[in-house]
Amino acid sequence: MAQVVLKDLNKKFDEVYAVKDVNLHIRDKEFMVLVGPSGCGKSTTLRMVAGLEEITSGEVHIGERLVNDLPPKDRDIAMVFQNYALYPHMTVYDNMAFGLKMRKFPKSEIETRVKDAATLLGIQDLLKRKPRQLSGGQRQRVAVGRAIVRHPQVFLFDEPLSNLDAKLRVQMRVELKRLHHDRLETTVIYVTHDQVEAMTLGDRVVVMKDGLVQQVGEPLELYSKPRNKFVAGFIGSPAMNFIDTTIVEAGGALYAEALGLRVRVPPDRVSRLGPYKGRAMTLGIRPEDLREAGGGDPQDLVFEALVEVVEPLGSEILLDTRVGNQTLVARVDPTVRTRHHQKIRLAFVPDRIHFFDNTTDEAIA
Amino acid sequence: MIEQRWKRWVFFYIPLTLFIIGTLFPFYWMFVTAIRPDHELYRSWRAANNAPFWTLQPTLAHFQDLLARTTFPRWLWNTFFIAVASTGISLFCGLLAGYALARLRFPMAGALGTSIFVTYLVPPTLLFIPLADIIREFHLGNTPWALILTYPTFLIPFCTWLLMGYFKTIPKELEECARIDGATRLGAMVRIIFPIAIPGILSAGIFAFTLSWNEFIYALIFLSSPERKTVPVGVVSELIRGDIYFWGQLMAGALLGSIPVALVYSFFVEYYVTGLTGSVKG
Repeated sequence: MAQVVLKDLNKKFDEVYAVKDVNLHIRDKEFMVLVGPSGCGKSTTLRMVAGLEEITSGEVHIGERLVNDLPPKDRDIAMVFQNYALYPHMTVYDNMAFGLKMRKFPKSEIETRVKDAATLLGIQDLLKRKPRQLSGGQRQRVAVGRAIVRHPQVFLFDEPLSNLDAKLRVQMRVELKRLHHDRLETTVIYVTHDQVEAMTLGDRVVVMKDGLVQQVGEPLELYSKPRNKFVAGFIGSPAMNFIDTTIVEAGGALYAEALGLRVRVPPDRVSRLGPYKGRAMTLGIRPEDLREAGGGDPQDLVFEALVEVVEPLGSEILLDTRVGNQTLVARVDPTVRTRHHQKIRLAFVPDRIHFFDNTTDEAIA
Repeated sequence: MIEQRWKRWVFFYIPLTLFIIGTLFPFYWMFVTAIRPDHELYRSWRAANNAPFWTLQPTLAHFQDLLARTTFPRWLWNTFFIAVASTGISLFCGLLAGYALARLRFPMAGALGTSIFVTYLVPPTLLFIPLADIIREFHLGNTPWALILTYPTFLIPFCTWLLMGYFKTIPKELEECARIDGATRLGAMVRIIFPIAIPGILSAGIFAFTLSWNEFIYALIFLSSPERKTVPVGVVSELIRGDIYFWGQLMAGALLGSIPVALVYSFFVEYYVTGLTGSVKG
């Protein structure tokens, strides 16, 4: 049970920064997810917390201790790896008991803890098997079990679900979340490249890119108030549409000109967008914030799009459409009837529009 | 169907048979010569009753002669001792060096690995000249240590490279996990990596053992007194006197000399194959 604090953390490989000036305060018992594309530094950050990677500069605190110079074994952490990293020459029981044996726990205590963890994870019948006799999902459970028998202060997960098939991944995701809520109550740092995993699991989510933290926040905050274009595009599936736009003033109000439309800027954003008058910007709109235009939609938010691909998913339909030289993805009701090469009238939900500065990619809100 | 059977014979059974005959015939010849009585051995090829490929009067006389009247048992022991000791030294160094080159990040690691390999490429027939000088300086000539300390010059690079390759196939997460679980780097190496690397370690050991068991040049040069010699050198130097070849004893010695190696191979053949080809599935 401990907080984890990263201060000005840097990691350089040769002359390239893999992690740059990362500052994070992970609270006690918090489930913190680091997410980003591959090579963004999320795994390196995690490995520095684990002590598997040397720290170029900065500080890592676990609980009250500065752990920069502590070897991994003395940091009181447990880690689950993407490839499970089960010891192939040991049985499941010995795999789970290894950490306790190394710490010289009495035999009876080891047995109780391993059995408890095995029951919790539903692998009590597999204890005598070797890892190669297990399925992927079972191996993952053993890896988690090996971590939880230790009762560490912090759990580190490095893409633990990436090697599982899609269905199992969803199932394990739910189990991990339940485990964290109901049983473990321990600080968790979880690395993934999958934004769905990040959103569903994390109490808070850290989005990283090129070694830099882009934004830290609760999942819905990242979704509704992305701080920059990268976060806006990374969180949410399908990704946010970005449209070139120009801010113009007409009759005392601000408008964003895009797709041959003039979208009125909501009054609460006028002050921030004022300085961009006459300049090119990027307008962001999520596929789910586009809908098939109905009679009630104000005409200045409706535009016509050419459907290029229709992807019916059952609960919804994804439309890949083209408007002028822009492509837009729209997520519409399953009741919408359309086919490729047909035209469809779509409407914006006006207060869900995001604006981004073209030079800094920062969100203007 | 018919065409397939035909192809299988031409491309599989016949070449395989030829290969097996080619490989095993020298051993058979060795065996037949070793148990053939002298009067058959030194009989003219044109003799009416000549039967070069078999004998009807097998005898163990050559073996008795070899064991009783030469220092062959002594050679066998010498060879064994030297092979085991130099294999032990080489495996120990090779394990540590191979692990370091495969896992640790340190400056010039790549260059060091390559230069270790390059030393393996220096032919022993050249290297013995400087080595002879060193052996003389240290007054090690005509002692087993002359060989125990020189064999590693080619065994260590060999073991290092074989083990380095094997270590690289073991996911590094295994030992990272062990280090988080409470082991030191050395502890993780001994408890996790070495047990997993047993096939690789065994094949390196078998190879090193065989190479030093069969080694000829250094043994010929660094050892001089008959009772200090190893089997390959002893058999050749003591059983060929002038232009007289004691074929029976020679072949008996060769046969006995190759049995330990054959035994070692057959015991560990499965490990040995995975050691050369295989990796670990976690």
